[in-house]
Amino acid sequence: MKEITAIIRPDRLEIVKAALEEIHCHGMTVAEVKGRGRQLGVTESYRGSDYRIDLLPKTRLEIIVSNEDVDKVVDTIVKTAQTGDIGDGKIFISPVENVVRIRTGESGDKAV
Amino acid sequence: MDPVLNSGDTAWMLVSTALVMLMTVPGVALFYGGMVKKENVLNTIFLSLIAFSITSVIWVVYGYPVAFGTDIMGIIGNPANLLMNGISVDALAPLAPTIPLLVYVAFQMTFAAITVALIAGAVVGRMKFSAWLAFVPLWITLVYVPIAHWVWGGGFLAQLGALDFAGGTVVHLNCGIAALALILLLGKRKDTRLLPHQLGYSVLGAALLWFGWFGFNAGSALTAGGLAGSAFIVTNTAAAAAMISWMMMDVIKTGKPTLLGAISGAIAGLVVITPAAGFVTVPASIIMGFATSIVSYLAVAYLKPKFGYDDALDVFGIHGISGAFGAVCTGIFAAPFVNSLGTGALYGNPGQIVTQIVAIAVVAAYCFVMTLIIGYAIKKTIGLRVDEKEEIEGLDTNLHEESGYRV
Repeated sequence: MKEITAIIRPDRLEIVKAALEEIHCHGMTVAEVKGRGRQLGVTESYRGSDYRIDLLPKTRLEIIVSNEDVDKVVDTIVKTAQTGDIGDGKIFISPVENVVRIRTGESGDKAV
Repeated sequence: MDPVLNSGDTAWMLVSTALVMLMTVPGVALFYGGMVKKENVLNTIFLSLIAFSITSVIWVVYGYPVAFGTDIMGIIGNPANLLMNGISVDALAPLAPTIPLLVYVAFQMTFAAITVALIAGAVVGRMKFSAWLAFVPLWITLVYVPIAHWVWGGGFLAQLGALDFAGGTVVHLNCGIAALALILLLGKRKDTRLLPHQLGYSVLGAALLWFGWFGFNAGSALTAGGLAGSAFIVTNTAAAAAMISWMMMDVIKTGKPTLLGAISGAIAGLVVITPAAGFVTVPASIIMGFATSIVSYLAVAYLKPKFGYDDALDVFGIHGISGAFGAVCTGIFAAPFVNSLGTGALYGNPGQIVTQIVAIAVVAAYCFVMTLIIGYAIKKTIGLRVDEKEEIEGLDTNLHEESGYRV
């Protein structure tokens, strides 16, 4: 099992969610976060002076999937969250030792 | 002709007085409140609100009598009517003989209140609330009241022939210079960026200011007649022209029009026309509006960074600079066929420009020095500036135990 952590643009969330549903990936945890990448944010101008806004609002998705679904889910997120402009975000994939469903006590792939 | 109360004039002046009150709270309060960081929004609004209350009390206790009492050697008024004693409800105003004196007192009170409230924009985010509570009465007493007397109350600048229809010198230059003096004593904020937390508030505040300004300028005609109508239309025109020219400056500098720039331009336009509103024509108001945004823009975007003073919300750059510019323009554009009391250089009286410059210099010098003295006295007694920790965490929770946003 893997944990897919995707940092995406907030305005792409609905599109990503709908596409994941189509490939039967339903479970996810979503959080509103702030962050920056290599470009160090954006520049805004107030009364003729420029200011760098280097922590931008982003949306973080945490999705646990079985090993064979990883590529499919990652591809779907990339395809739907991508605009081609700086600030599209990143996806991190990490191993998960186990998953337990609290309601039933099931664990492993059955609990994903 | 004996003075006779005119109910039309009186009704208009009551409405104008209420309109100017609206400019302070919520106008200035929202305009400034939206431009600060969210941890300071309540403190910023509170500065305007409490300034209005303190000035309201001072004005009826001794402010009006001293500012507008019978002139003593051109310097100060004779305070014969402390606490409004001796003024009957039917008494008519000597300077506006068709309206009750108490209505005139109330109208002038709102001018004093908004002047001191405007200063707050320069000091937000770092001044102690207790210091502000001390500053407001001292500044009204020692700076606003004498200057109002000199220009409007029959003092030496009025005798010299200085023109200031609705407060270019008394209100805007005065608050802009005071702001500059106070921030030199206060020092820079830890974070000197201007990142508005809710520009929507500022747009609403600016719109309320524009709306209230009709009472401010057209009300300064002190009658509901042609002069009020003329002041009304030039006020609106100057604001609109200035909004357009600030937007053009934005586009030239950054390639994009900004909403904050647009409303800043509108305020600069309202400021520049204030001393001239009852003296100039519509074409003059277009020229003044277009020109003043360029002047204030340069002050805000170039002068401020060059000299490094931390005028948080650009009180000096917009009110001080456009106020002075408007006073000079009054000396150029005042048309005798608009108002027989004023003839500018364009109509054969170049000396009016000199008179205007003398008034600007006197008011600026007195205000600057006196505000420094008041500020220094507060600094040495109760202190001007909040602790570093309070400034970084924000003033709302630290000074008022309140938070603007629970969610």
